[in-house]
Amino acid sequence: MIQPAPSTSNPLLRLWRNQESRGVIIQILTMVVLFAFMAAIARNVVINLEAVGKEFSFGFLLWPAAYDIGFSPFLEYTNQSTHLRAAVVGLLNTLLVAFWGCILATMLGFILGIMRLSSNWLVSKISYVYVEFLRNVPILIHILAIYSIVVTLLPPAKKAINVGADAFFLSNRGFYVPSPVFEDGATFVGIVILISITLVFFFKRWAHRTQDETGKIYPVLWISIAILIALPGIAFLATGAPLSWDIPVLKGFNFKGGMAIKPEFLALWLGLSMYTACFIAEIVRAGIVAVSHGQSEAAFALGLRPNRTLQLIIIPQALRVIVPPLCSQYLNLTKNSSLAIAIGYMDITATLGGISLMQTGKEMETMLIVMGVYLLISLLISAFMNWFNHRIKLTER
Amino acid sequence: MSESSHYAPGTHPDLPPPARTTGMVGWVRGNLLSSPLNVALTLLSIWLLWSILPPAIHWLFTEAVWTAKDRKECWALMDAPRDAACWAFIRGSFELFVYGWFPEPERWRVNLTFILFIAAIFGGLRENIPGKKYWLIFAAAYPFIAAWLLLGGFGLEPVGTNKLGGILLTLVVAVTGIAFSLPIGIALALGRRSKLPALRGVCVIFIEFIRGVPLITLLFVASTMLTYFLPPGSTFDLLMRVLIMVTLFASAYIAEVVRGGLQGLSAGQYEAADSLGLSYWRAHQLVILPQALKISIPGIVNTFIGSFKDSVLVLIIGMMDILGLGRARLNDPDWLGLAPELYIFISLFFFISCFSMSRYSLSLEKKLHTGH
Amino acid sequence: MRQKTTAVLSAAALVLGMAGTAQAGTLEDVQSRGVLRCVVSTGIAGFAQPDASGVWGGFDIDFCRATAAAVLGDAGKIEAVTSTGKTRFTKLNAGEGDVLWRNTTITFSRDVGVKLRFHGVNYYDGQGFMVKKSLGVSSASELDGASVCIQTGTTTELNLADYFSSNGMKYEPVTIETNDEARQNYEGDRCDVYTTDASGLASTRSALPDPDAHMVLPEIISKEPLGPATRHGDDQWSDIVTWVLNATITAEELGVTSSNVDEMKGSNNPEVRRLLGVDGSQGSELGLSNDWAYQIIKQVGNYGEIFERNIGVNTPLGIARGLNALWTDGGLIYSPPFR
Repeated sequence: MIQPAPSTSNPLLRLWRNQESRGVIIQILTMVVLFAFMAAIARNVVINLEAVGKEFSFGFLLWPAAYDIGFSPFLEYTNQSTHLRAAVVGLLNTLLVAFWGCILATMLGFILGIMRLSSNWLVSKISYVYVEFLRNVPILIHILAIYSIVVTLLPPAKKAINVGADAFFLSNRGFYVPSPVFEDGATFVGIVILISITLVFFFKRWAHRTQDETGKIYPVLWISIAILIALPGIAFLATGAPLSWDIPVLKGFNFKGGMAIKPEFLALWLGLSMYTACFIAEIVRAGIVAVSHGQSEAAFALGLRPNRTLQLIIIPQALRVIVPPLCSQYLNLTKNSSLAIAIGYMDITATLGGISLMQTGKEMETMLIVMGVYLLISLLISAFMNWFNHRIKLTER
Repeated sequence: MSESSHYAPGTHPDLPPPARTTGMVGWVRGNLLSSPLNVALTLLSIWLLWSILPPAIHWLFTEAVWTAKDRKECWALMDAPRDAACWAFIRGSFELFVYGWFPEPERWRVNLTFILFIAAIFGGLRENIPGKKYWLIFAAAYPFIAAWLLLGGFGLEPVGTNKLGGILLTLVVAVTGIAFSLPIGIALALGRRSKLPALRGVCVIFIEFIRGVPLITLLFVASTMLTYFLPPGSTFDLLMRVLIMVTLFASAYIAEVVRGGLQGLSAGQYEAADSLGLSYWRAHQLVILPQALKISIPGIVNTFIGSFKDSVLVLIIGMMDILGLGRARLNDPDWLGLAPELYIFISLFFFISCFSMSRYSLSLEKKLHTGH
Repeated sequence: MRQKTTAVLSAAALVLGMAGTAQAGTLEDVQSRGVLRCVVSTGIAGFAQPDASGVWGGFDIDFCRATAAAVLGDAGKIEAVTSTGKTRFTKLNAGEGDVLWRNTTITFSRDVGVKLRFHGVNYYDGQGFMVKKSLGVSSASELDGASVCIQTGTTTELNLADYFSSNGMKYEPVTIETNDEARQNYEGDRCDVYTTDASGLASTRSALPDPDAHMVLPEIISKEPLGPATRHGDDQWSDIVTWVLNATITAEELGVTSSNVDEMKGSNNPEVRRLLGVDGSQGSELGLSNDWAYQIIKQVGNYGEIFERNIGVNTPLGIARGLNALWTDGGLIYSPPFR
C-alpha cells in the first residue's frame, strides 16, 4: 500500500502534503473564512441599522415598560417599572416553571417507567399507550390542549370548588391556598431550622463513618426526621407560634389574599412535565433494565433485604445510566418552557422577547439578551448535572 | 384415578399442565392477579379505562357529526349542543389542511412528492433490495427532486413558497431539516473530534450555542433579525430562512448523536484502519462511519422525530403550517369554537407519522444488529 | 475537513444565490412580480380570514385587493403574507410584504420609532370592554379587581394599563396571543372582562353562543385609528397607498359604486371624471395606468360597499357605520379632494 511520496518541486504542494503543515493551513483558512464571514455580517448590520435609522443600544432597558404582568410572584412590578425589571420578572417565571417542571417530570417519569416494568399486564400496557401517544405529539399542542381543558372544565371563581377547610379553592382563575404570614419570633424559628439541618448533616456523616468502622447501622432516616421535626417544633411553640395564615376569600370579582397557582402556570407546568415525563419514563426503564439480574441475586445472597437491595445496589447503578440522558431532558424542558408565549404565561420570551420587543422595536437587542439568558441557564444546568454525574460515577479501583 | 399407580417408575406419560396455569385463565392469573397488590392495580386500571373510554368513544365516534354546513347545523344534529365532536369542520377544510394554497391543477405534484418520499425512505434504508446503490443515489437526490416538483421551474409551472401550507408545509420544513441536517451533523461531529484545535473550537461553540437556546428564539431571529445580517438591499425568502434555522438546529443535535456513535467504537477500529495505511477520509468512509452511523440510528431517528414535531413552532412567527392554518380557520364565523376537533385531528396526524417512524427505526435496528 | 469547507462555501453560494435584490422601487417590484404582497393577520373574523378553500376574505383583504386593482389592474393578484401582532412590522421592514393592511393602530412610536409610514385611516376604532350581563356591571369604573382578557402584541395592553392605573383600580391581566383563545378564556369565565377594539368586541360577541347575555360597556378608553402602513423611504409607493384609500372614500362621497361605475364614466361632474381617469392624468402621475381608480371601484367597490360586505350590519359581525360613516353623515371618514 505504501507508495513512495511523489517528488515534487513545488514547495507549496510539498507543504500541503505534509500532515502537520496541512493541519496548520486548514486551521488558518478556517479562521480566515470565519472572521471574514463575521466581519461581513457586522458590517451589514451596521449599514442596515443605519438605513432604517435605528441605533444599537441597550438604553431602552431603563425606559418604563408601560404594560402590566399578571403573574409576578417574587418581584414587585407595576406598569411604571422598567423593561429591565419586566425581563427579570420573566426570567424568574421561566426559572419557576422550569424548576417545578423538572421535579414533576422526574416523579411522573419514574412512576411511568416503573409501571412499564410492572408484572401486571394491564398496568404495563396503560403506561405504554400513554407514553407512546404523548411523546409523539408536539408539546405545543399539549400545552394548548391542557390550557383549554383547564379553562373550560374548571368552574369559574364564583363557583370555585372548596377543596378543604374553607381555605383551599380551585377554579379556572387558579388554585388558591392560604399564604403564611410571619410574625415576631419567626426569625428565631428559621434559625433553629437551619441549625437542625446542620445537625442532621453532621449526624449522617458520623453514622456513615461508624458504619464503615464498626458495621453498626443506625436508622439514619428516622433519627433525621425526628431532629427536623422536634427542634423547630419546640422552638415554634416556645416563641408562641409566630405564624398566621392569610386565607383567600371571594371578594368582588376574584379571590383576595392567599397565594394562587394561576391556570397559565398550571397548564404550562403540566404540559411540560407530562411530555417530558414520557421521555424520562423510557430512560428510567432502560436504566433499571441495564442493571443485570446477577446484581440483585448477589445482594440477596449476601442477606440484604429487598429495600436495602434497591437502595444500595439497584438504584446507584441504574442512576449511572439514567443521569446523563436525564440531564438533557431537563435542558429540553427548560428550553420548551419558552412556549409559554402561546398561552400567555409571562416568561422571558413573552416579556422581553415579546411585548418589550413589540413596544420598542429593538429586535436585535432583545433577542440577543433572551438567547444569552437561555444559553446561560443551559450551561448552568449542564455544569450542575456534570458535577452530579461525577459524584455518582463508578470509582474504579 | 387408581390406575395411575400401575405405571412403572419413569413410564408415566406427560400430563398437560394444570388448567389454572395455561390458556386464558393461566394468563389472567399470571399477568393480572398474581398478588394482592396486582389485583388492586388491575381493578384500578379497569376502573380508569371504564371511566375514560366509553365517554371518549361516544364523543369521538358514535355521537359525532360528519356532515354539516356550519356549527349551528352540527349542534342541531346532536342530543345537546357541543355534546360530541363536529368533524364536519375538519372534513370541509381537509383539502386546505393537506395542500395549503397549492394550485389545484398542480396538486398531482404534491401527491407524487409524498409517494417518492415514502419510496426514498424505504429504498434508501432497506438492506437486501436489488440495485441498492441506485436506491441510495435516489434517496440522496430526493430533496432536490422534491424541491423541483414543489417549486416548479424547468418545465413545470413555478409555485411560490407562500403557496405551501398545512400538512405540506409541515412536511417541507421537517423533511428539509432532516435531509440536510444529517450531512452537516456528521461534518460537525467529525470536526468536534478533530485534532486541530481551531476547527474543534469552532464546532464546539456552534453545537453548544445551538443546543443551548430554544428553537423559537432561533425562529424569531430568522423572522426578525436575519435581514439585518444580509447585504443591504437584498431580501431573502422567509421559508428559506426558516429552513436554514431548522436545519442548523437539527444538525447540532445530530452532531451529538453521531459523536456518541464515534466514541462508541473501540480504539482498535481506528488503529486497524491506520495500520492498513488508509488515509483519514478513506478510513472514515470504509471503517469508522459505517459502524458509527449504525450505532447511532436510534438517536438519529429520535432527532428526526423531534424536528418533525418541532416544525409546528413555525406558527409562532405567523407561518401557516398545519397548526397555524387550522387556527386561522378557527376564525371562520361559521365554525367558531371548534378548537378541540382541530387539536385532536392534528395530534392524530403527528402520532401516526411519528409512531410509525419510531416503529420503523426499531425494526431497522433489529435488522442491522449484527452482534457477535 | 475539506468536505466541511466545501459545504460552507456551497452553503454561502446558495445563500447569496437565493438572496435576490429588491426594495429599490416597490412599485416596479410589484409590477415585475405581477402580484401584490399584503401583510395581513393570521385571522381576525371579518377583517382577514381564509375560507374552507383557503381564499382570504375580509375588510383588510378587500383594501389589499383594491391596491392590487390599482397597481396591477387585477384585484385577484394578491398574496396574503400572514403575520402575528409581533412579526407584522418586521415582515414589512424585511420586504416580505409590500404594504401592511392589518388592523394596525397608528401611533407616534410606530410611525417614528418603528420607522413606518402611515397613510390615513380606513377604520376608526376605540378600545372598549365587554362583560357578561349577569355580572351586573354597567360601567368600566366598577371593574376594580377584575380579571381582564387582552390580546398581546397590540396597543390594547398599554391603554388598559393606563386606564386602570389612572383610575386607581387594580386588575389581573390575562394576556393571550390570538383572538380565538381570548374568546375561549372569556367564554370559560377565565376572565370577567374582554377588552379589545370595539370592532373586535362586536365580532367576538356575535360569535358567542348567546350574544344577548353579554354587553359592551359604554366607555371607550382609547383612540384606535387603524390604517395601512408601508416602509420608510419610498415616496411614490406611499402616495399610491394613500390615494388608493382616498379613492374608495371619494367614490362613496360621489356615489360611484361597482355597479354604476361604467355609467359614471359619462358623468358631467369633473371630479368623477378625474377620479375615473376620463380627464386628466392623475394615474400616470402616480406611475399607474389612468383608469386605476376605475379598476378599484369596478373590481372591489367603494368604501361603503367594502364595509357593508365584510363587517356591516347585515353580516354576522353587525357593526354599524358609527364613526366610520362619511363626514357628510356625521362620521369621520373624509378624503382630500381629487384635484
